[in-house]
Amino acid sequence: MIQRAGQVLDPKARRQNVEFWRTPLDADRVREPRADVYVLEDRCKGCEFCVEYCPRDVLAMAEHFNSKGYHPPMVVKTGECLNCNMCEAICPDYAIFTVKLPEALPATALQIAGVSRSSSS
Amino acid sequence: MTIEIRPDYAETVEHPVSPYLRMDRIPHVWCPGCGIGTVVRCYASALERSGLDLDKVAVVSGIGCSGRAAGYLKLDGFHTTHGRAIPFATGLELGRPELTVTVISGDGDLIGIGGNHFIHAARRNLDMLVILINNFIYGMTGGQNGPTTPLDAISSTMPFGNFEIPFNMPHLAASSGAPYVARWTSLHTRRLTWSIEDALERTGFRFIEVVAPCPVLYLRLNKLGQGIDRMRYYHDNAEIRNGADPSEADIDFQGRILCGVFVDKPRPTYRELMQAHYREVLGDEYVPMPSEGGMIHGE
Amino acid sequence: MADPVGVLTGPHYMDGDVACGEGAIAAGCRFVAGYPITPSTEVVERISHRFPRVGGTFIQMEDELASMAAVVGSSWTGTKSMTVTSGPGFSLMMENIGLAAMMETPCVVVNVQRAGPSTGLPTMVGQADVMQARWGSHGDYEIIALSPESPQEAFDLMIDAFNLAELYRVPTIFLMDECVGHMTEKVMIRPAEQIEIEPRRLTKLPPDDFMPYKVNDHPVPEFARVGDGYRFHATGLTHDERGYPAMTVAAQEEHVFRLSDKIRAQADDIVRFEEEGVEDADVVVVSYGITARVARASIDLARDQGLKVGSLRLVVVWPFPENRIRELAGSVRGIVVPEINLGQIVLEVERCAAGNTRVVGVPHAGGAVHDPATIAAAIVEVAR
Repeated sequence: MIQRAGQVLDPKARRQNVEFWRTPLDADRVREPRADVYVLEDRCKGCEFCVEYCPRDVLAMAEHFNSKGYHPPMVVKTGECLNCNMCEAICPDYAIFTVKLPEALPATALQIAGVSRSSSS
Repeated sequence: MTIEIRPDYAETVEHPVSPYLRMDRIPHVWCPGCGIGTVVRCYASALERSGLDLDKVAVVSGIGCSGRAAGYLKLDGFHTTHGRAIPFATGLELGRPELTVTVISGDGDLIGIGGNHFIHAARRNLDMLVILINNFIYGMTGGQNGPTTPLDAISSTMPFGNFEIPFNMPHLAASSGAPYVARWTSLHTRRLTWSIEDALERTGFRFIEVVAPCPVLYLRLNKLGQGIDRMRYYHDNAEIRNGADPSEADIDFQGRILCGVFVDKPRPTYRELMQAHYREVLGDEYVPMPSEGGMIHGE
Repeated sequence: MADPVGVLTGPHYMDGDVACGEGAIAAGCRFVAGYPITPSTEVVERISHRFPRVGGTFIQMEDELASMAAVVGSSWTGTKSMTVTSGPGFSLMMENIGLAAMMETPCVVVNVQRAGPSTGLPTMVGQADVMQARWGSHGDYEIIALSPESPQEAFDLMIDAFNLAELYRVPTIFLMDECVGHMTEKVMIRPAEQIEIEPRRLTKLPPDDFMPYKVNDHPVPEFARVGDGYRFHATGLTHDERGYPAMTVAAQEEHVFRLSDKIRAQADDIVRFEEEGVEDADVVVVSYGITARVARASIDLARDQGLKVGSLRLVVVWPFPENRIRELAGSVRGIVVPEINLGQIVLEVERCAAGNTRVVGVPHAGGAVHDPATIAAAIVEVAR
């Protein structure tokens, strides 16, 4: 049986995911990490770096605004964040980060609304 | 798709960079799409990985947007006068040698008004890590031409295009004698973090230039889009070549950005040279300043 | 008590510059960043010679701006720090003197004054930097300035300068002049046990409770040293008690007035002058530095003519002894102010006398000391 890497192939996606032509020999041993994505919405300034550089296109800019009038990112592919941490690394406003989960648990997307504890109110 | 909005999370969950930042001053003043926040986060990340005693780390900034970096890091920090971050850091590192001193400042501050101090500190191989955030412009004062502004770029004091040849910073640092010279962009978050971590393990005048976007001034004045467009430009034009000759690292307007670790050649620091020399000349009479510093009358 | 390692107890025959350097070492100064400039160079030459044997670090920086910045940085490590210069270098240091005042950093700046303006007469005396010492950097701030009249005082007052800098957390200007700097006289260096040192007042609060610019009963905040775990932030921007930039009118008012009152409200404790024969004088001569010694000869000449003349020698030039001058103005017929400039301290005397007495300046463009007869003539003229 051909095992896909897990993503639905989207012809319009900027990066296509790997499609295996046969089952890898260690498919039963290798597990992909999964993570929760935390978006601290009110810190976001809408720069879109995280959306652009997520290797799995997990994020997209939300329709709603945060309290400063920017569109924050939101997770549009729940359960597919691999904890590569690129969004956390590149966000200039410290508004997004990932927390790795034990593999067995499914990932959830957590959109933290409102102001975080230590930003200006 | 499940989105749980949990207001109580603001109380219990914080960004992993929080222990290294003055969270009572976040959000910071930098513009949307500005790269300085990313560089500060990479520095914090490198500090975490380095295992250094953070009580002994001091950060010094000059004036400008990049100069605000010291104010957001939860370390002994100094926001000093324009261009004088490097000599201020000299006083810190010579006055208490056990400190790990980092200078984080901008292109106008460090190599414009601060140019003289830059080359002498590199020449002397004073022990400090200098992170120059290069956005090609004087940002905080409204977008004036700087010593790294590329040829033909528009700025508020060169409204018809820049006709001055800019500095090639890695070349200047290397020829002044810096033992570690690297350049990255704010897109290369991981390599930058590793580079800072490597630099923190070394001694002497370590220099890392980080090319970062200035969306509100440099990009807007030159009609280059938003921060995200600049990141795409870095993605398409940054060429990583470790060990490249720094003299090839010029940046033309919208041209190639050569990145990598260009120089990694340790040499004795100012203090090592000084102590070795005095020991040789004065023998037992030499009393070096202890690494805990020169405070001999403290309550 | 001074660290005995640095104190060359005993009699010496040395010039003012060298004595100044020795005074710094005796006071516990262990970091000097300087740049050569006539007539101050001998100070750093002496220090570069002595420091390697007493645990100090001297670095000759690339210019005076770097020197002053390095001194401010080094002072934050708890190390007593100083720089040495003359007029043109003093002008270059102004921005960072302002930074030291703003960050409340104790440090000493020695200005061995020479005739100006600009390059002027590099090897010849002047006293024209007095107002610059007080007002040289931009904005409202206060400094303390001392003026020695002999190599002995160049040693003794340097210790006082460092102590005052520590007490008030302020850049202290040591206003020597080229004559005193290059004059060779006997200097008695007393034993280390007899030298009183004001230590760096470090806070005893734990880092979580400490705020770098919070004052309690004492008008000067306590110091936290870089590297002791306090993780403070110090900035040249107007700041609040936490040291964080505060861009409000209220913060500016609170901050600038506190910086000013730190000195002004304690001026009576800081002011120092030496009086002689003032009690029943008709004329008082107010002078400082080398001119005070010339004035003594002038006063003798005037007394020989039967006049009752007193002298008030400024030891601490800034803050200026306003109250004493106001007092004297009420009881004397006139005050004569000789100085090797076109009239700087005389303006302060005039201001404080407030018209209650005649104030006559005896200016000198610089390059040499006054002819005592000139000052004596002014005294005689005022006494009439």
